[in-house]
Amino acid sequence: MLIRLKVNGEWLTADAGPGASLLYVLREQLGMPGTKNGCEQGECGSCSVWLDGELVCSCLVLAAQAHEREVRTVEALAGPDGLHPVQEAFLEAGAVQCGFCTPGLVVATADLLGRNPSPDEAEVREALSGNLCRCTGYVKILDAVRLAAERLRGRTA
Amino acid sequence: MDILLPRTLDEALGLKSDHPEAVPFAGGTDLMVELNLGRRLPPMALDIHRLPELRQWHCRDGELFLGAGMTYSRIIRELPGFTALAQASRSVGSPQIRNRGTIGGNLGTASPAGDALPVLAACDAEVVLARDGGGTRALPWHRFLIGPKKTAIEPDELILGARWRIARGPGSFSKVGRRNAMVIAIASLCLVLDEDRHAVRVALGSVGPTVLRAPEAESFAAGALAEAGAWDDPAAPLSPGVLEAFGERVAASAKPIDDIRGTAAYRRHACEVLARRALRWALEDRLSGPAGRGARC
Repeated sequence: MLIRLKVNGEWLTADAGPGASLLYVLREQLGMPGTKNGCEQGECGSCSVWLDGELVCSCLVLAAQAHEREVRTVEALAGPDGLHPVQEAFLEAGAVQCGFCTPGLVVATADLLGRNPSPDEAEVREALSGNLCRCTGYVKILDAVRLAAERLRGRTA
Repeated sequence: MDILLPRTLDEALGLKSDHPEAVPFAGGTDLMVELNLGRRLPPMALDIHRLPELRQWHCRDGELFLGAGMTYSRIIRELPGFTALAQASRSVGSPQIRNRGTIGGNLGTASPAGDALPVLAACDAEVVLARDGGGTRALPWHRFLIGPKKTAIEPDELILGARWRIARGPGSFSKVGRRNAMVIAIASLCLVLDEDRHAVRVALGSVGPTVLRAPEAESFAAGALAEAGAWDDPAAPLSPGVLEAFGERVAASAKPIDDIRGTAAYRRHACEVLARRALRWALEDRLSGPAGRGARC
């Protein structure tokens, strides 16, 4: 079915096959492979995007459900001035190993810090509990979240 | 697979009546997994996620009504005073899953491990169903959940939500799993105290073909509180050994099996421990005064 959705500020149309997920449409039809396809069952969080401002696993959204709705992906984070502070923090802290989980973690972190600029350790762990890193680089990921939080707070201060 | 995208409940009920084979879904956290893994491709799916009628809750005449489309994230944000319900909602999946998964999904999927189900059972909830033409009916939870992944819903019906009488008193939900998130319960338990009716109600998840209540343990605990005079005086001590005996009685109500997540023996043991702790927490909450005394609307 033909769907129309706003992705990163731009209205696009896609012909979604029966049963196709939003993830599939983003990656295979709209040419946005930043969102990763990991488990396809909502376990790994590598396909995290915002749907109408809410953090979701795009693999669990039927593409048709995104019809006339607004999607924001990891591709929207970096701007003309460079990387998003969360992305910068992930690089600086060495929170990227193989990189596969990174887009999902970056999106989940940006979501958390957007809602809560000063999360404590437990809140960070909770917010990232749906994102798996199979290189098990979690310590540096947590460092990156702290660094990003500091930078973002400094910006708005 | 054809996808139906109704905009209102009336439209959805009309479509369900015309296409009883259409599988209703909202957050997709169950259905999409089956589609993605190629386990199932229903001929038709009915997206009820956007129906405004299902996305609401209200308190009226001492009852809470929870629309089927209420997500776990919204329950946590909007109904934090319903302690056990909020605790169960927090234990669902991950933030991403809680933003999509709904109470109606837990009911419709009817997995014995559905995290919200022990809460509904312990609250004596009714499940409200509707069909085209305005007809609705309400089934007590145990008449609705009739087997593993089996419900009493008719093919032309949709789940409107669940409702129950709001009980004054403390309550909790606890769950045993391998990790703290993204985990299917090995065993779970909801306990609520009903201060007005002098009742204790306990429901168990993941340890039987459906959610189970533990009636014998419930009357034992209520009786122990009565005997000690603790219904009137929260500080009155219970007889020694009541918590342990309560735990044993709850465990005896479980009907667990061995499966990939745990053995029957482990599950029974988990029920005993969870029950003991839950009753202790409830007694402690009663001591802490009105704040520990359950939900208000």
